[in-house]
Amino acid sequence: MSAQTTGRETTTRNPAPAADCAAPENPVLRYLRQDRLPHIWCAGCGIGTSVNCFARAVDACGIHLDQLAVVSGIGCTGRVAGYLKLDSFHTTHGRAIPFATGLKLANPSLKVVVYSGDGDLAAIGGNHLIHAARRNVDLTVICVNNFTYGMTGGQVAPTTPLQAVATTTPYGNLEEPFNLCHLADSAGAVYVARWTTYHVRQLQKSITRALQKRGFSFVEVLAPCPTLYGRRNRVGDGLAMQRLFKERAVVKNGVATRETNFDIYGHGPIPVGDFIDRDRPAFLERYNAHMARALGDQFVPYGDITVDEKAEADRFAGPEG
Amino acid sequence: MQADRLGVLTGVHFIDGDHACAEGALAAGCRFAAGYPITPSTEVVERLASRFPLVGGLFVQMEDEIASSIAIQGAVWAGAKAITVSSGPGISLMAEHIGYAAMTETPCVFVNVQRGGPSTGLPTLPGQADVMQARWGSHGDYGIIALSPNSPQEAFDLTVTAFNLSERFRCPVVMLLDECIGHMLEKVVIPPAEEIEVVPRRLTTRPPGEYLPFQPGPDGVPEMVKAGMGHRFHMTGLTHDERGYPVMTAAAQDALVRRLVDKVARASREIALTEARDLDDAQVAVVSYGITSRVVVRAAELARAKGIKVGTLRLKTIWPFPEHRVEELLQTGVRGLVMPELNLGQLVLELERVARGRARVVRVPHAGGTVHDAETIVRAIEEAAK
Repeated sequence: MSAQTTGRETTTRNPAPAADCAAPENPVLRYLRQDRLPHIWCAGCGIGTSVNCFARAVDACGIHLDQLAVVSGIGCTGRVAGYLKLDSFHTTHGRAIPFATGLKLANPSLKVVVYSGDGDLAAIGGNHLIHAARRNVDLTVICVNNFTYGMTGGQVAPTTPLQAVATTTPYGNLEEPFNLCHLADSAGAVYVARWTTYHVRQLQKSITRALQKRGFSFVEVLAPCPTLYGRRNRVGDGLAMQRLFKERAVVKNGVATRETNFDIYGHGPIPVGDFIDRDRPAFLERYNAHMARALGDQFVPYGDITVDEKAEADRFAGPEG
Repeated sequence: MQADRLGVLTGVHFIDGDHACAEGALAAGCRFAAGYPITPSTEVVERLASRFPLVGGLFVQMEDEIASSIAIQGAVWAGAKAITVSSGPGISLMAEHIGYAAMTETPCVFVNVQRGGPSTGLPTLPGQADVMQARWGSHGDYGIIALSPNSPQEAFDLTVTAFNLSERFRCPVVMLLDECIGHMLEKVVIPPAEEIEVVPRRLTTRPPGEYLPFQPGPDGVPEMVKAGMGHRFHMTGLTHDERGYPVMTAAAQDALVRRLVDKVARASREIALTEARDLDDAQVAVVSYGITSRVVVRAAELARAKGIKVGTLRLKTIWPFPEHRVEELLQTGVRGLVMPELNLGQLVLELERVARGRARVVRVPHAGGTVHDAETIVRAIEEAAK
């Protein structure tokens, strides 16, 4: 590997810059690109809260920040990558997961997080979501579900509840929404959790757990979009939506995900919790074991040779390449 | 820099253009491929799937072409050289990500083994009707390079070149094969690794804080970076500044998009690869590419036998269009230009543009599904010679 990536400690908490000792600051700030603030999100939006939890989770599990990459798609949550002071990739609409798949497989030492919204991950990107879960690529997917397309002005999404008014369902939504946790579970994710932006401690812990899992982990964050969903559907401002999360969420750790349907702005409980936590060989583990079995000594695992290490190829020198 | 010996299958082979293309990728140092099955291109990834585990590479069959075309870009930003392969319908699905590669200056190679179109068209039969798609297939303005081999040997050679050009200019490069070249079996000589020149990734050596991922060098091309180097960089398909930060202004758009176009355009002479034959005394030149150029050899012989002073110019580089080579023809007395192609008149538009009425341009259109009849091209040469 190149000099920049060797010899890094990877298990301790990230040390704060010395300057912070004199004047304590918000511990999340150093995870942010402060030269890009203020951000674009509306007052009452839940995305910033999720970022706060994410930063604290990263802090808690002590991943070296040089080895952590975040990939976003398009939309309000798609802007997260741009605000995190990490190697960060703002990709195309719906394609954060396949980009992240290539990134992770081509450098297995990276921890790769996909951070995007419900429209991006479950509508246009839905096929990639299920296939990455099926392959069990070692990715952590954080899906901020605000039940609508915010960036484009509040259109109906595959997560929008029945009857809800959106700009493209002016007479109410007639399609059943996805239960994203059930979907991720069914497709093979090794870790599946759901919290709301009210549950900041629990969310932080679940993201920490997701980051520590090997394989495809999925964390759904229910978040208010007061500007484009709440206002139109008479559910109030950001605070009112937080209150709704507080009052109706019911913690159901370990419950079967088929039992976790809910109607976010209707009636009845909103099941939240750590639903799935299991182990299954991740894609590269299985690939390496499988190829070693099939090819024996002939197998050269990926990463033995990379573009900047070709000089080492001389060790294979022989009369014919 | 010399090729990595491990990936170079030095020797004399009898393989088709698709397999030769795969070997070219291996020789160029490509170690990541993502693809989705589609005729007549699938053999390229089939060979990579077989060969990669022996050389430290990784092939993933993705769920569709859209995923394939962005997975390779994730791999590139992790430090790999990467390729994806498809044909008409799949390339249409990849179009957004060809633009993403152009915008984010991600070096990578897209192979299009052309079949008859539009839509599902003729899956098993040749076409050359994707040449304009290769240039303009994604939305917006951008620079791109496209190469067109006319033999399995050249499918190998030009695939190495495609990777080298993509690294040199940090842009996507399209390999335009056609079904005939892809499935044609011929002798392919793969030289020893030390005879294959490979352009390495231009990774920055500047420390974090002193490096801007989209700050161009003197040639308009920025140094590259990869995840995990400590730069904590950002990249986006949005219009961006040299830091990679989104900037939504007309000024930022102008600076960025002009550079994306100019870095390729200003090097067009360096990129233009052509092959001339019998042009010294030619009054008529047949300009062609891919499988069609092999029919042109016969047509030119027949026309010469009839006393017509005809020569041929074969384009290995389609984009940027080698217009200075056409200009040279016009300067040396060529008064008739003939372009047969397996489409109803695409690249000939470039020929007409460059000729600007100074030579008679005769089109030899063909809807695809087979190759031209040499006699048809001879008649066009005769018309151009009038």
